[in-house]
Amino acid sequence: MAGKVLEIRAMSASSTPAPGIRSAPVVAKLIDTSACIGCKACEVACQEWNDLPPETTVQIGTYQTMPDTTPSFWNLIKFNEHETDDGAFHWLLRKDQCMHCADPGCLKACPAPGAIVQYNNGIVDFQQDNCIGCGYCIAGCPFNVPKMSRQTKKVYKCTLCVDRVSVGLEPACIKACPTNCLTFGTKEVLLQKAKSRVAQLQTAGFLDAAVYDPPGVSGTGVVSILAFGKNPEAYGLPKDPSVSFAVEIWKGPLKWIGNIAIVGGIIGTFVHYLRFGPKHVPEDDKAKQADAGR
Amino acid sequence: MKPVKVAQGNVLRYNFTERLVHWTAALSYIYLLLSGLAFWTPWMWWVAMMLGGGPVSRAVHPWMGLIFTAAVVYMYRMWLPDMRITPTDLEWRKTIRAYVRNEEEEMHPLQAARGFDRFAPVDRFNLGQKYLFWLMFWAGLTLLATGLVLWFSDYLPWSLRWLRLLSAFLHPVAFLFTVGGFIIHVYMGTAVVRGGFSSVIRGEVSESWARYHHRLWLDRVTGASAAKK
Repeated sequence: MAGKVLEIRAMSASSTPAPGIRSAPVVAKLIDTSACIGCKACEVACQEWNDLPPETTVQIGTYQTMPDTTPSFWNLIKFNEHETDDGAFHWLLRKDQCMHCADPGCLKACPAPGAIVQYNNGIVDFQQDNCIGCGYCIAGCPFNVPKMSRQTKKVYKCTLCVDRVSVGLEPACIKACPTNCLTFGTKEVLLQKAKSRVAQLQTAGFLDAAVYDPPGVSGTGVVSILAFGKNPEAYGLPKDPSVSFAVEIWKGPLKWIGNIAIVGGIIGTFVHYLRFGPKHVPEDDKAKQADAGR
Repeated sequence: MKPVKVAQGNVLRYNFTERLVHWTAALSYIYLLLSGLAFWTPWMWWVAMMLGGGPVSRAVHPWMGLIFTAAVVYMYRMWLPDMRITPTDLEWRKTIRAYVRNEEEEMHPLQAARGFDRFAPVDRFNLGQKYLFWLMFWAGLTLLATGLVLWFSDYLPWSLRWLRLLSAFLHPVAFLFTVGGFIIHVYMGTAVVRGGFSSVIRGEVSESWARYHHRLWLDRVTGASAAKK
């Protein structure tokens, strides 16, 4: 719907609740890795739509464009080589990009108000004009997604083409995919589609096939179908990603304990002064009295 | 030690280098505290705006951290002999409750004039000051180590992710410890122990002040024996 406003459901470093109250269907991108042919059309479409400067490719001994995503290369097809127990060779292609977690570790760790937001449709977006370049999101992300630009000292990542999605278009990579490996829609519908595809793969002999929608981050907006779903590490995906314990404690109990201790310390010294006051050196007091009497 | 008497019965407590180092640490710490509080909680974000905005605060904070830790390390070099905890300190510790409650003032005037006879005599620094020093020293080193990791966190390989998380966690923990020390230090040095603040500005204290608060130190620097007093 034209003119539809994306509201903010969660905002980094906000002392008040995020303003969004309208409900919106959660959108998702489904990646059927078993249907990926490694054509990299999505990589090109991403660069083109987002007007990102060309990034130098790096030969690492596979067909992969470069070792890792960069501040100006947000979508990278990873060519993982995998040998099964029966000696068969498989290319496990994975679309490395922001996973748009429902519970984003980057947003939790970020100290800059409004630098990371989550819209009511689930898209997690960096607002570079509010970013201070501290890199805490890099620590908070369980997927190694945010990348800091050496030039601007800001972090960048996939926006799930929020500018396209907000006007009812699908993300650029989806538009470019020639094999229907990538589909876009509401997460509810896509999860059903994913289930039937997994069943199909299992019938075809991939008994470990599974949907990768990790519960440790309350599910992701980028859902993958993995033929070797019992072994997501083979794709370079963490087995059970979650927002780190360290981030949860630091932004949870530690914050409250710290605030109470700081405010309590200030009040405590004030009350101490009211009760006990300063220490006097008797001889200096006498000297002062003598001065005053002179 | 050579006599350090200055004008009119005053004693030199902090020489120029000591005062300079103290204020280098103090002012850099105050900057770190203010910008750090802005990063710590959105309630204090306005402080970052006062300091030139979020990105500027983020850029200056680590450099100030280097200045602060350099000052603290210099203090270590300068004050280590004075900061070692002695058996007398442990004696003094037993009466710390009375010290906190200013109970020496409730003593008979004649007794009070003799200062801390009721407590174990104190050398150049009392145990509280020593605790502050060691708190700032160890917390400072922790803040430096974790701060360096956070400063260059985007250069760290993914395999060392745990180091980044550990640093992101320990940095605020160490920060909170220093805030506790800082609040007590500023309160004691300005409001409670009158003469403390001017001693670290002008360097001098009155002899009676020195006898009252740091008798062992006064005896040491003036060459007087405790028995003579």
